[in-house]
Amino acid sequence: MKHETIETNAGLLIALTLVVISIGGLVEIVPLFYIDDTVEEVEGVRPYTPLELRGRDLYVREGCYTCHSQMIRPFRDEMLRYGHYSLAAESMYDHPFQWGSKRTGPDLARVGGKYSNDWHVRHLIEPRAVVPESIMPGYPWLARRDLRYGDIEQRMRALRIAGVPYSLTEEEFAANVERFGEETARQLDITRARENLEAQARRGNYDGDPSRITEMDAMVAYLQMLGTLVDFTRYDEGYFVEFR
Amino acid sequence: MAQTSSADADRSRTQVAPSEQYNYEIVKKFTIMTLVWGVLGMGVGVWIASQLAFPFLNFDIPQITYGRFRPVHTTLVIFGFGGNALFATSYYIVQRTCQTRLFGPKLAEFTFWGWNLAVALGAITYMLGYTQGREYAEFTWQIDLLITVVWVAYFLVYLMTLLRRTQPHIYVANWFFMAFILATAILHIFNNLAIPVSLFSLESYSLFSGVQDAMTQWWYGHNAVGFFLTAAFLGMMYYFVPKQAGRPIYSYRLSIVHFWALVFLYMWVGAHHLHWTALPDWVSTLAATFSILLLLPSWGGMINGIMTLSGAWHKLRTDPIMLFLITSLSFYGMATFEGPMMSLKSVNALSHYTDWTVGHVHSGTLGWVAMITFGSMYHLIPRLWDTRLYSVRLVYVHFFLATIGIVLYITAMWVAGIGQGLMLRAFDEFGNLSYTFIETVVFLHQPYVVRALGGGFFLAGMLLMAYNIYKTIEPVRRGAARQAASGRADTTASASRA
Repeated sequence: MKHETIETNAGLLIALTLVVISIGGLVEIVPLFYIDDTVEEVEGVRPYTPLELRGRDLYVREGCYTCHSQMIRPFRDEMLRYGHYSLAAESMYDHPFQWGSKRTGPDLARVGGKYSNDWHVRHLIEPRAVVPESIMPGYPWLARRDLRYGDIEQRMRALRIAGVPYSLTEEEFAANVERFGEETARQLDITRARENLEAQARRGNYDGDPSRITEMDAMVAYLQMLGTLVDFTRYDEGYFVEFR
Repeated sequence: MAQTSSADADRSRTQVAPSEQYNYEIVKKFTIMTLVWGVLGMGVGVWIASQLAFPFLNFDIPQITYGRFRPVHTTLVIFGFGGNALFATSYYIVQRTCQTRLFGPKLAEFTFWGWNLAVALGAITYMLGYTQGREYAEFTWQIDLLITVVWVAYFLVYLMTLLRRTQPHIYVANWFFMAFILATAILHIFNNLAIPVSLFSLESYSLFSGVQDAMTQWWYGHNAVGFFLTAAFLGMMYYFVPKQAGRPIYSYRLSIVHFWALVFLYMWVGAHHLHWTALPDWVSTLAATFSILLLLPSWGGMINGIMTLSGAWHKLRTDPIMLFLITSLSFYGMATFEGPMMSLKSVNALSHYTDWTVGHVHSGTLGWVAMITFGSMYHLIPRLWDTRLYSVRLVYVHFFLATIGIVLYITAMWVAGIGQGLMLRAFDEFGNLSYTFIETVVFLHQPYVVRALGGGFFLAGMLLMAYNIYKTIEPVRRGAARQAASGRADTTASASRA
């Protein structure tokens, strides 16, 4: 066939272009949904609690991903600096993923538990008060604003549609008890979302002000759980290599 | 080939002036908005670059903190500046090369208002804290729907204009524009699949999660570069370089080969943004392989463009517009060499997450995308308004401001990226890390200052262009207004006589 046939026929040009541009995506993306090894089987990974979820929403809102990654690569320096390399399973409930593409600040995939709540609060309000050389913007409004969580059930319902195992029915709750244990399953129950959120904020007292629930409570709750779900001492190093 | 667009031929065949034969009004509108978003988007760019050098510039104001302002920058320059430039030039080129008037003036008008509304709403909503948290696809779901409708209208206008062409052949520039329209539609729809929190909420959660979401996003992200910022601008190149040089395209055969190779290969390479992550190795290896192959069609396009000038190199001495066009192709060649190199896993291990990537993107966007746009606009605008440029000297000054700006920008980012990459992986004699993370941040300060300065040069050139174009257009508009006024006066005079 001469190329002239294509360039004198708009319909043919469009049809062939569509075929040619579709192949790459089909070959690279579709199998990721079907190959089981894509996401490791590992214990401990669970969906976010209501308070953590709202913290994650704020993380997205403020565009933290423009400077911080959440993806540790399997290199010696990164393991020393940040900890065990990130597993696919650890972001399996992340809608959207927040792996990031730039580290103007350090990776946050395992920042949970590395600093105290108090450090995080002071750092978020005025980064240069605790790290003088930091170039991070301050986020003082997080401590001032009350957390909006009136729509927490709707948020969890939306995520449930996207495939996150938040439970609405008795059967779903029972399945979660089986899968995650009773304590976690209760946190994933949409009907108890509001009381769960309030209880965690009160119990954690993340922002140091027990009288109200601020955006800071949610943000610190989220940061403090990042990368803490998998207990790596329980796995042989070779185990994860199988999935790469 | 015989089908190289020759406006002179159609001018002699038809007796009507091109401004009446074709729909230039819509092209003019997009052209103006290209300049407006260019100034704003690059202004925000210089601002956020300065924030990284001097963090007090965040002023603790939520709306302009770096995290919210950076998507404003990328959206305004890619979709505002770049998008309007593509609408303007594609609507111009499809009419000139098909020698027919644009289909659906109302529909085309809708694409103008719809597109620019989407860009403006995007910038405002990010500043208010509404984002999907996906790079270059931060638009909330309602704006995504608006963009989808606009894009369908764009496709219809373009297709129907192609179908009523008076030429048997579809000129090569239109292949690239059509591929860009089709690919962008597919990418936009699949990457923005999301579940809204509620019908009236601006917030949503992406349908996919984790590793699948990452792959979809970077399949989109890299092809925003591949189709939005490359294929479509090659379409621009294929019209304006031959026109400005007054010579046919160097090789017709090369344009066929590199077109099909480029649109096929680009769709495979997105995963090179995810080397060494939790994405399975087989995908990132495939992406690296295709990234290296992509060098060939990329350079095919560069060679085809630059060699079009062969035998007329002297034009570079006298024509600043030609300088813009040829320099843009040189940067295109450089960036498309650097890209495959950075997609090698061993290089990527150092370059990823650092400013080297930022520098690479800007050698493409400032060097290639913006420079080819400036050159094309300087060619296009006098023809649209049927006048001469206010000052050719200012075009020269713009060219040198832009070039100095790019060189400062890229070299600063090489120093920053490679330097930080090396520091982060350095060990002392005891096997401990040599540097803490914050020590690398301190190191970045000077390159960041130089980068902001480079951006400032580039912005100054952009402002100069806006001034030059304003002075070019304003007399024409005033002349037209005067003519209209005197025309009205004549008719009233004759009416009163009667």
